[in-house]
Amino acid sequence: MSPHAPLRGTARRRAKIGTSERLTLAEALLGTDDVTGCAQAALDWLGRCAQLKRGLCLVGSAESPTVLRPMATLGIRGARVRSFTLDLEAHGEPLVASTVGVGGSVFGRNGRPAPRTPLDSARLIALPLHGRRILEEYPVGLLLLASTDPDVEAQARWVAGLLGPRLGALRAAQRREDGERRILRERSLLYNIINAVTDPILLTDTEGRITVANTRAETLLSAGEDESEGRRRAIALNNMLFSSALTQRAIEGGEPWRHELLLVDPVDGSDLLFELLSTVTMDPREGTGIVSILRNVTDLRRATQEIEENYRKLRLAESDARAERDRLDLIIDSVADPILVTDSNANIVMMNAPAERLFTAEPDAGDEVRRTVQANDAHFSSFVSNLFFAPGAMRRSGAIGLVDPRTGAALPVEAISGKIVSEHGEVTAIVTILHDRTQELERDRLYEQLKRASSELEQKVREATAELTRQNELLRRSHFEIEQASAAKSQFLANMSHEFRTPLNAILGYTSMLLKGVTGELTPQQRRNLERVDSNAHHLLAIINDILDISRIEAGKMPLTVTTFDVKDLVGEVLAEAEPLISRSRLAVTTQVAAGMPPLATDRQKVKQIVINFLSNAIKFTPHGSVDVRTQYVAARNEIAIAVADTGIGVSREDRDRIFEDFRQADNSPTREYTGAGLGLAICRRLAGMLDGHIALDSEVGRGSTFTLFLPREVKRA
Amino acid sequence: MTPRRTQPAKPEPAAAAPRPAPLVLIVDDFADNREMYSQFLEFSGYRVAEAQNGHEALEKAFALQPDLVVMDLSLPGLDGWEATRRLKSDERTRATPVIALTGHALAGHSKGAIDAGCDAFITKPCLPERLLQEIVSMLKGRPDIPERGR
Repeated sequence: MSPHAPLRGTARRRAKIGTSERLTLAEALLGTDDVTGCAQAALDWLGRCAQLKRGLCLVGSAESPTVLRPMATLGIRGARVRSFTLDLEAHGEPLVASTVGVGGSVFGRNGRPAPRTPLDSARLIALPLHGRRILEEYPVGLLLLASTDPDVEAQARWVAGLLGPRLGALRAAQRREDGERRILRERSLLYNIINAVTDPILLTDTEGRITVANTRAETLLSAGEDESEGRRRAIALNNMLFSSALTQRAIEGGEPWRHELLLVDPVDGSDLLFELLSTVTMDPREGTGIVSILRNVTDLRRATQEIEENYRKLRLAESDARAERDRLDLIIDSVADPILVTDSNANIVMMNAPAERLFTAEPDAGDEVRRTVQANDAHFSSFVSNLFFAPGAMRRSGAIGLVDPRTGAALPVEAISGKIVSEHGEVTAIVTILHDRTQELERDRLYEQLKRASSELEQKVREATAELTRQNELLRRSHFEIEQASAAKSQFLANMSHEFRTPLNAILGYTSMLLKGVTGELTPQQRRNLERVDSNAHHLLAIINDILDISRIEAGKMPLTVTTFDVKDLVGEVLAEAEPLISRSRLAVTTQVAAGMPPLATDRQKVKQIVINFLSNAIKFTPHGSVDVRTQYVAARNEIAIAVADTGIGVSREDRDRIFEDFRQADNSPTREYTGAGLGLAICRRLAGMLDGHIALDSEVGRGSTFTLFLPREVKRA
Repeated sequence: MTPRRTQPAKPEPAAAAPRPAPLVLIVDDFADNREMYSQFLEFSGYRVAEAQNGHEALEKAFALQPDLVVMDLSLPGLDGWEATRRLKSDERTRATPVIALTGHALAGHSKGAIDAGCDAFITKPCLPERLLQEIVSMLKGRPDIPERGR
């Protein structure tokens, strides 16, 4: 269908209405910039020139072009008119259908019923009003005319052809105007927003020139005429720094880009650290630009540094805490005693390695170990529970009999538990240390043993002491007995001597009487025999006397009778007593008594006995030669020496000590040459000792001997 | 009871003595010694009486009034020391010399004897001559000492 066909139809009727009227309308329409005014002028023109009585012009607004509203009316008015709208999207509507295409519709002719309109007319011409662009989907408006008159229709078609483009142009202009106003508003809003942003925002072209800058950016980067020199210099520096950053940005290109930028605050000269975010924008009209946002990160940097510092401190503290905990763990693990921490349900929440050995079983452990561990756990839990349920008590200690799961050996421990109480006084945990008492018990046992051993020792010592006392008593008794025995011996010897002497007295007496001829004269043979009896009886008596002397000395019963006498007198006496021996021996016996000899204070009888013994020995053992008795005073030692020297057989060196022993002669054989009991020198030695003196022997075999008695001038009285 | 022997042992040495020879009482429990001394003293011209224990000695001394007593100290029953003490404490015998005779050579015996009142102390063995010697020295000055014992 060609759009020009109706127009050609109207042109055909142009003759009926004057060209001037049409021109008037065209001028009116062109002179009116108002949609409503144009629509009203068009309706008014139709009323005037085509005698149209009622009409309505519906126009879509710029905002909602599909909803047509009454814009101008002819011959009608009221609320019904104002509220009438036509939705072009409602395609089933007969009026809407009439707007499709350019033809329009005529209702009330050819039986086509008119839709309901505010015109309330059965005859209705509906003509769409199209803008300049015919192909626009929706018409700009719709003319509703209460008429089916072809003239009216023809005039209306012409008006619609004129009014549609005019309304389209007006609406376009209004729309453009609205758009510009909106753009301005938005632009102003945008500027406000941008300016409200405290961060500097800039748009630069590819050359780095600033196209847009917000207020904050301007204070940093653009200087007014009246700025001070310092500020201008700061701003110039900022510009240079910013450009340099952007140049770098341009070189690197690509994705949105962050860069730290240090600028100077022109106001106070302080350093401002910015984070520069720049994004390349491609605008078809404006060309490529770069949007840069500068975020002040001075405080952020400081905050970051602080955070980093805090974080570092935190890390340090954490590491310290970890080290502390590690150390604590190490300490706890290295404690040989098991340590356990239990929660308020008596569950073990922590334990060290020694505790694990008692209270945990390896996954592959045997039933035995499992049972042991369970038993240990039960003992322990019961112990700890007792503390939990003891209000007020903070600690508890006691013995628990555990078993070492590895060895099955009994493990007596002393458990010490302490409550850990929170700030609110709740018991949060219980810490328990188990101390192995095996060693302690062992020590106790050893101590017991020691004590027992000690008491045994004590007992033994007591027994030994008692034994010693007993032995001492025995010894004492024994000593007493010995003393008694000694006394008994002395008594015995005394008795024996008496018993010996009594018969000997008779023998000697009768022999003597016989020899005296009391019972008559004897034959020479009888006399000789009787003399032998007499001699042997005397010898026997001498032996008995010697024995008696020794026993008396040993029994301490030999009394000392001290007198002061002249040695010279004593020597004379001795010689006189020995006269019978001397004369029988026919030896030359001489005496040499030194002049000025001091008197001697000692037991005269004993000295005499010793010297007689020396002399008789000398005579006995000297077959021929001489015997010399000499006395001397040894002033240096205040001693008196009485020596008897002979020219006899002498005593060999090895015999010298032996001859002073009891019953000894140099020749002790049964066939010895010299008679005598051999007690003489033994007695002399003892007697000399009693007198604090001693005897010396100087002898040479075959040349003779010298026996010397040394005596202190005065014997010490006992 | 020992019979009293007052007769001269031997008739031959007897000179024309105006009064009987001194009487010596010999006290000894050992008969051999007692008789030996008796025999020798009688041989020497003394009259001799014998006693073999202390009681007998006291009895005879009081009864016979001997001129001298030879007292063995070790006697059964009343011993020599006690006998001597009693003799010396009795009027009748106080002046009679007592010669103690003992086989005990230990110290103490002689002292005990002197303390008891003995006039001399002789240790056995004592030859008869030695005893006679002691008796003569005790009776010194008496005109009736037999010739032989001097």
